[in-house]
Amino acid sequence: MTMATAYDISMSEQEPEEQSNNSVVAVENLCKSFDGRIVLNGINLTVKRGETLAVLGRSGTGKSVLLRLIIGLETPDSGSISIDGNEIGGLTVDRMGEIRKKMGFLFQHAALYDSLTVRENVAFPLRHNRKDMPQSELTDRVKQLLAEVGLAADLNKMPSDISGGMQKRVGLARALALEPEILLLDEPTAGLDPISSGEIDDLILKLQRERQMASIVVTHDLHSAKTIANRFALLDQGDVVVEGTFEDLQQSSIPFVREFLKHL
Amino acid sequence: MSDHATTVVAEMPPVHPGNADVQRLQSSSSETGLLMGFFEWFGNLGIFSWRVLRAAVTPPFEWRELIRQLDDVGSQSLPLVALAGAAVGAVLAMEVRSSMSRFGATSLLPSAIVYSVIQEMGPTITGLVVSGRVGAGIGAELASMKVTEQIDAIEASAINPLRLLAVTRILACILMLPLLTVAADASGVVMGWIAQTLVQPISFYQFIDAGFHGATLKDFLPPTFKTAVFGLIIGLIACFQGMRTRGGAEGVGRAATNSVVLASLFVILADVVLVKFILVVFH
Repeated sequence: MTMATAYDISMSEQEPEEQSNNSVVAVENLCKSFDGRIVLNGINLTVKRGETLAVLGRSGTGKSVLLRLIIGLETPDSGSISIDGNEIGGLTVDRMGEIRKKMGFLFQHAALYDSLTVRENVAFPLRHNRKDMPQSELTDRVKQLLAEVGLAADLNKMPSDISGGMQKRVGLARALALEPEILLLDEPTAGLDPISSGEIDDLILKLQRERQMASIVVTHDLHSAKTIANRFALLDQGDVVVEGTFEDLQQSSIPFVREFLKHL
Repeated sequence: MSDHATTVVAEMPPVHPGNADVQRLQSSSSETGLLMGFFEWFGNLGIFSWRVLRAAVTPPFEWRELIRQLDDVGSQSLPLVALAGAAVGAVLAMEVRSSMSRFGATSLLPSAIVYSVIQEMGPTITGLVVSGRVGAGIGAELASMKVTEQIDAIEASAINPLRLLAVTRILACILMLPLLTVAADASGVVMGWIAQTLVQPISFYQFIDAGFHGATLKDFLPPTFKTAVFGLIIGLIACFQGMRTRGGAEGVGRAATNSVVLASLFVILADVVLVKFILVVFH
């Protein structure tokens, strides 16, 4: 177990070059507040290629806000976020768009376009970002993505006609459409039954093995986190309380960590 | 003098505001809040307009979505606009006939109908009908997308939502309003002729000939093209209200209502300014 601050200091002292070279996502001293309420208070995190970081914590501790800041849907009060070495602060909308092409985002409630079919939802990022892609190639790609998430037979259904688990799968297929290097998953198993949760976990693991992406998973589901993540960060009161492997979390003597893990 | 004043103030007992004072303070505070909200709304609308303008002039252009919106704003509004125009034409014919017959000026009826419809009633009715149909539609659609994170999903997919959603809808409104106005004008004039000919038979050719007698393009083009400004107002306000929505289903309803109310209000206000502008510049 390592305290967040201690972890960051040790990382920066011992292997600064390695850290900067390998980190696909680097968050430094990130602060964010809403209406005077501090949500994130100087967070430091890094994620390397092929690594999955699970961000844990109680509701309202800013986990989803962290993901929204990383993809640029929110603006930080202070601090910096680097994606693949590019600092995203102050970028124009179009330049930020270029950075976003490296990222896939699965929203907590899937956020599918409700007026489009499953096929059109997955085709949407491709249609707008790969305008030179031939229609036949686009169709094949969409079918392949939906087959990967096990929905090859549901191409023409509307989002309202499929279950929550299926919606999450479509959201995942859409997030993968642009072949991102970084995958951001906001509560991928929230509201799903244990079988559907397990299927989503297996799917994420399979994708990670095949694509070697850097992933950040925000979740309350410790079981799911343990299955898909190889590193963990526990947030409390706007700060990272502990960061490390699951064993590090289990060995922590911090009362909050012990209380959090007690319910596993 | 100054010391004295200070002493007097220092010796005065603390003032406890009575009910009337409290009400006055609260009223003053709410008025200040209202004023601040008013300026904040205009400031945010200005920032939004600037961002939309920037997105509109930089590629890539969303042609497919623009065509879809042209269809939605144009052909889907056409029956309603034509019907409203026809109703206005018929009502005008009946009202104007009643007034003019008192002065024995029924021969001027075709001109009165044609000028009234084309110069004012057609454009205004089109603006208000489209404010209602399209303004509410855009406001509710974008608000619903906003509260269900669909706009965030567009942005997360590396697509500029202003370019995809706002620019296309605003452009569609700007381009389609003059065309819809022509449709409203045409149905208004035709219905005016029908209403007229039912009372006093006159051929359509004679009606049009008398109606447009002595008219020039200056009389008809500016009022028709002023509706492009109405389109800008409707599209801009509806997109702005929709994309800033918060608060679930209630927020969506509020956005739709506000879009219609504000767009209609600003269309009427803009009409006052544009009529004066047209009179000064073209006459």
